[in-house]
Amino acid sequence: MLSNYIKIAWKVLLRHPFYTFITLFGITLTLTVLMVVTSFLDHLFGPHYPENKRARSLYIASVIQTDSANTTMSSGPASFEFLMKYAKSLKSVERVAIMSNFSFSNAYANGKRIKLNTKYTDVDFWSVTDFEFLEGKPYDETNIRNADHVAVITDALRDQYFGNDAETVVGKTIDIENINFRVIGVVKGSPPTRVYTYSDVYFPYTAPKSNYEGKGMRGRFVAIVLAKKPSDLPTVQAEFDSYIARIPRSDYSNNNQFNVLIVKADTYFDHFVTMFTRSDKDRITLYAIVGLVLLMIMGLPAVNLVNVNVSRILERASEIGVRKAFGAPSKALLWQFIIENVFITFIGGAFALILTFLVIQFINSSGWIAYADLTINLPVFLISILVCLVFGLLSGVLPAFRMSRLKIAEALKA
Amino acid sequence: MIKLQNVEKVYRTSSIETLALNNINIDVRKGEFVSIMGPSGCGKSTLLNIIGLLDAPSKGQIEIDGSPVERYTDKHLAELRNRKLGFIFQSFHLINDLSVIDNVEIPLLYRNTSAKQRRELAQEALEKVGLSNRMKHFPKQLSGGQKQRVAIARAIVGKPEIILADEPTGNLDSAMGNEILGILQKLNTDGATIVMVTHDEAMAKKTDRLIRLFDGTQVS
Repeated sequence: MLSNYIKIAWKVLLRHPFYTFITLFGITLTLTVLMVVTSFLDHLFGPHYPENKRARSLYIASVIQTDSANTTMSSGPASFEFLMKYAKSLKSVERVAIMSNFSFSNAYANGKRIKLNTKYTDVDFWSVTDFEFLEGKPYDETNIRNADHVAVITDALRDQYFGNDAETVVGKTIDIENINFRVIGVVKGSPPTRVYTYSDVYFPYTAPKSNYEGKGMRGRFVAIVLAKKPSDLPTVQAEFDSYIARIPRSDYSNNNQFNVLIVKADTYFDHFVTMFTRSDKDRITLYAIVGLVLLMIMGLPAVNLVNVNVSRILERASEIGVRKAFGAPSKALLWQFIIENVFITFIGGAFALILTFLVIQFINSSGWIAYADLTINLPVFLISILVCLVFGLLSGVLPAFRMSRLKIAEALKA
Repeated sequence: MIKLQNVEKVYRTSSIETLALNNINIDVRKGEFVSIMGPSGCGKSTLLNIIGLLDAPSKGQIEIDGSPVERYTDKHLAELRNRKLGFIFQSFHLINDLSVIDNVEIPLLYRNTSAKQRRELAQEALEKVGLSNRMKHFPKQLSGGQKQRVAIARAIVGKPEIILADEPTGNLDSAMGNEILGILQKLNTDGATIVMVTHDEAMAKKTDRLIRLFDGTQVS
């Protein structure tokens, strides 16, 4: 049955090459946009270099002090002390990394200013992340204890500061804001879209200007909590929540201004969504808006395709009449036209996949996003297939329904 | 086998009401070869469509094999058409995008028949109409007579008890028409009940019984 439907769909496509071209062009373009968006979302939220362990990571990125009516609020990253006390002490985890949000500095090479992003981290940062060391090694506890002026730099900074032809830079000195740091390692850089690991230079948190000794709950640090396995995440979250619940109000009330403290250890995606939404209601609104936008992206070309499909199927009224005369129930015809449409959509999907591959190669090599690593991996591929299916159904159901309702005697006269 | 009682068919538009069939009473017995004759526009094809459950009457009852069909759902009617009825149309109504054998298989697609079994039954039907050597051809590569033989193969592949033919020789020359009639007579001899619409008196005379229509009314 299926092969019969697909055979027909293929023949119908060949019947009017120009018509087919227009249809496939529309489908391909729509699906390409959606596939590139999917790949970009995967780039943002998926487990990629150097945060390959995101599936079992939780992010503690903000401390929110507010009142119960939610009228005043103060929020921002945590202090080093806070994270040491409440994150590092978690028992159900494998490891906890603390790092500063990135800040800006300048370095000068051959009289030319190089703008830098800098980051202060602890030693565990190098275990929780998967940075690839091109040379040298990360700093260790001894470097931290001694407050050594050492730095790990990225390959891009190495090339900029020391030149492309430098054989090895480990042991050389880099001058950042008039302080000399010894380069201890060189890593392959990470894209700026991974804000908690992205930087040009990494210093031990005891290096100058890190402000790690600042008191209070708020500061400039965030933590990545690595659970032993993904299924442990709820346990870790519960443990962290219980720690936060035990914090005395006097620690965060700020002279009775605040009586609510919100600090969450969230998965990367939840943490990202929380940045834009304060309540479950906000979250539903956000999902609804995103859903609506996606539906619009698919829906408008789908409406166009509905019209093309109706006229394409109308040509086949006689076939519909014959099939019904020989016992095809309306439901079978409905499915036939839906399957045909999904088949055509998948042809468009195959073209879109090729086009998406080219587009993301272009994005990766264009330099718009440094170290961009957009890919078509299995999740992206599976989501793309799902998108094709939804688009095929969206544009096929209505014409198929109309056609399957045709009266036999009238259809046979066509 | 087929019983029509007081059947009436009215076509209505916003301004006009046309009585296409008026008080038709027909009883076709099992194994009969009946022809329906009449001038163009007298309602022959409408009557055949109603007998074949392709169109619903405005009034009256239809019984197929003893069962009244008025209250049948779309699904049930489709099943009845699939199992009991086979259609042959004047303009063949073959699907040009499908090969001869795929066209013949169509009625079997809507039954629980395996692909292998479908192929075997379709080959068998094509052999019966002498077209087993044209299975891979497409309708456009066939002559009118060959197309009608494919249409007959499609009508008989599911072994229905009733074959309904709407001017099956209307688009063919007389030699080819006789050949097609010969095939229908053979099918009738093998047990099929056949109702054929024709305007060819000579053809009609070769059938068991003749029903004449004039302006939507049964005159004999």
